[in-house]
Amino acid sequence: MKEPIRGSGYISFFWHIANIREVGISVFIIILIAVVSIRSPYFFRVENLRDILLDIAVLAIVATGQTMVILTRNIDLSVGSGLALSGMIVGMSVSSNWSISPLLALLMGMGLGIILGSFNGVVVTKGHVPPIIATLGTLSIYRGLVFAVSGGAWVDAAEMPESFKLLSRNTVLGIPNLVLFAASVIIISYYFLNHTRTGREIYAVGSNPGAARVAGIPVDRIVFLVYVLSGMLFGMGGVLWVSRYASAQSDSAMGFELQTVAAAVVGGVNIFGGSGTIAGVLLGSFLLGIITNALNLVRISPFWKLAMQGLVIILAVVFYTAISRRLQQTLIVRRVS
Amino acid sequence: MTSKTRILQKLFSPATLFLHWEWLLVLLLIVTAAINTTLSPYFLNMRNLVDMTFNFMEKSLIALPMTFIIISGNIDLSVASNLAMSTILMSTSFQAGLNIWLATLLGLAIGALGGLINGLFITKVKLPSLIVTLGTYALYRGVAFVILGDRAVTGFPSRFTYLGYGYVGPVTVPLVIFAILAILFGFSLHRTTFGRFIYAIGSNEETCRYTGIAVDRIKIILFTLSGLVSALAGIILTARIGSARPNIALGFELDVITAVLLGGVSIFGGEGTMHGVILALFLIGMTRYGMGLRNVPGQIQIIVIGSLLIVAILLPQLLRRLSLRVRI
Repeated sequence: MKEPIRGSGYISFFWHIANIREVGISVFIIILIAVVSIRSPYFFRVENLRDILLDIAVLAIVATGQTMVILTRNIDLSVGSGLALSGMIVGMSVSSNWSISPLLALLMGMGLGIILGSFNGVVVTKGHVPPIIATLGTLSIYRGLVFAVSGGAWVDAAEMPESFKLLSRNTVLGIPNLVLFAASVIIISYYFLNHTRTGREIYAVGSNPGAARVAGIPVDRIVFLVYVLSGMLFGMGGVLWVSRYASAQSDSAMGFELQTVAAAVVGGVNIFGGSGTIAGVLLGSFLLGIITNALNLVRISPFWKLAMQGLVIILAVVFYTAISRRLQQTLIVRRVS
Repeated sequence: MTSKTRILQKLFSPATLFLHWEWLLVLLLIVTAAINTTLSPYFLNMRNLVDMTFNFMEKSLIALPMTFIIISGNIDLSVASNLAMSTILMSTSFQAGLNIWLATLLGLAIGALGGLINGLFITKVKLPSLIVTLGTYALYRGVAFVILGDRAVTGFPSRFTYLGYGYVGPVTVPLVIFAILAILFGFSLHRTTFGRFIYAIGSNEETCRYTGIAVDRIKIILFTLSGLVSALAGIILTARIGSARPNIALGFELDVITAVLLGGVSIFGGEGTMHGVILALFLIGMTRYGMGLRNVPGQIQIIVIGSLLIVAILLPQLLRRLSLRVRI
């Protein structure tokens, strides 16, 4: 006898909940917050929450692009270098020509990012270079170019017009612009991935590229598109980064690519493509941000940050794998019985 | 008809054009050496050629087990972090009064342990190596920072620093160590069943399991080996520069992986040779050295290395497509 796939009772309810990976990480975040707020009541102060949001805004923006790339079974390791390169070029332009409006600077950064992302996309789709190698190469190339265009010099706060620095620092109704930018990126990406045809095709390509191709989805074009989008977002992140820290350096955002991958993976995005949500990435970014913040509040040396992040990545992956294995097991049991 | 196509295919295949990937590397190596000679008349000086190798022997050592790992279809992003962790533990225990050779042994043991942990996560918890080593990439480097913060350990005795910049006859100690290990690794990859198993795992892991190859045990050995050699590279690096900081060897993993892939090892596993990788290591080392002769800053050098990596993969693809067009 075949049982209906959807059983009733609390067990099926439990599996339904466990199936939502975001629940696991949310529980983890809540526990973390509880522990930290007991140790330091300052945690829930508005200023602190604002600091956390400001700290993770750029990460969330770039990690969203990274997620789209990972969803298609690819990876973009060039985001840190690309961010630094677009930030540096925009920073230098703004410092040499103060009349450039902040909005134009932002668009410039996004445009530069699109160019860098397209290069990644072309090398991967037309050159058939494996994505890890292609973006490992551009990671070096873009980082070197930052140095080449700047000659190793910095752009510092005094060289930037106030209006440019306000691009990230201004507030609307008490909410910092930076947070608003991140929120709009996340909302638009959510809509794009879940409610548009192209968005669903991104998932399809990652789930099964062969089947997607047979179904008439232009796989190469989708892969190219996600690299362009990732480029656009790291370009945007670059401008906001320079605006927020009021400096552009040739070693800005070194190692940022691994943080974005970590945010995605901790947020439950499958590194082999096909599954993962924007909500998850947001939670992943939050978790990484809260860890950094908590270390400061509880006065643990900031040198612990990296070790903690590494530990969280491993724990998260072990946790998700355990869940998905048990889930598969129950599905098999149901099918057999 | 088919035989004719096959002949044409063979005639114009990249394999025939360059005989082997390795020959292309040899060609590039000769070109680089020629350019370097025009840049400096002292380049081909024996002493100079030997001294040149100082700069990339640590990376070269790590590339040996990395070749094994990539051929087996895996990757190890944690090598440089593992190097930092083991080196920092070695240095701090030396600073605390431990005998320098015991400290060195401790460092090697820590490195091997780091690798073993990677291997266990990958085989027992069945996680992808990319993710596990991404996690330990942060974790191991983090441990180094937790232990030493922003301080540095210096004041190593000269019998220890000899490992880094000493000479055995006309040859440097790191080069001797590399040569011995390269022969050992090359031999076990190309002349032993263990080596064949590595290729087999990289080609098709599932089949290997059904064939009865101890896939998990081999993977654990590979990652432990990678940790051990990373620690050894860390010891040589510390001995050479005379100080140990937590940010030691930052970004080495990318250089090492670049060299291995440039050496013709397939990122998908199952393909590649040890001599290809060794040629690539010397090619990159010599290219960097030549750029150094022209006072090209390191940050610009990475543009060339990055382009080299992409071109190295693009070129055979383009040639293959070109040969297809000629056939039609």
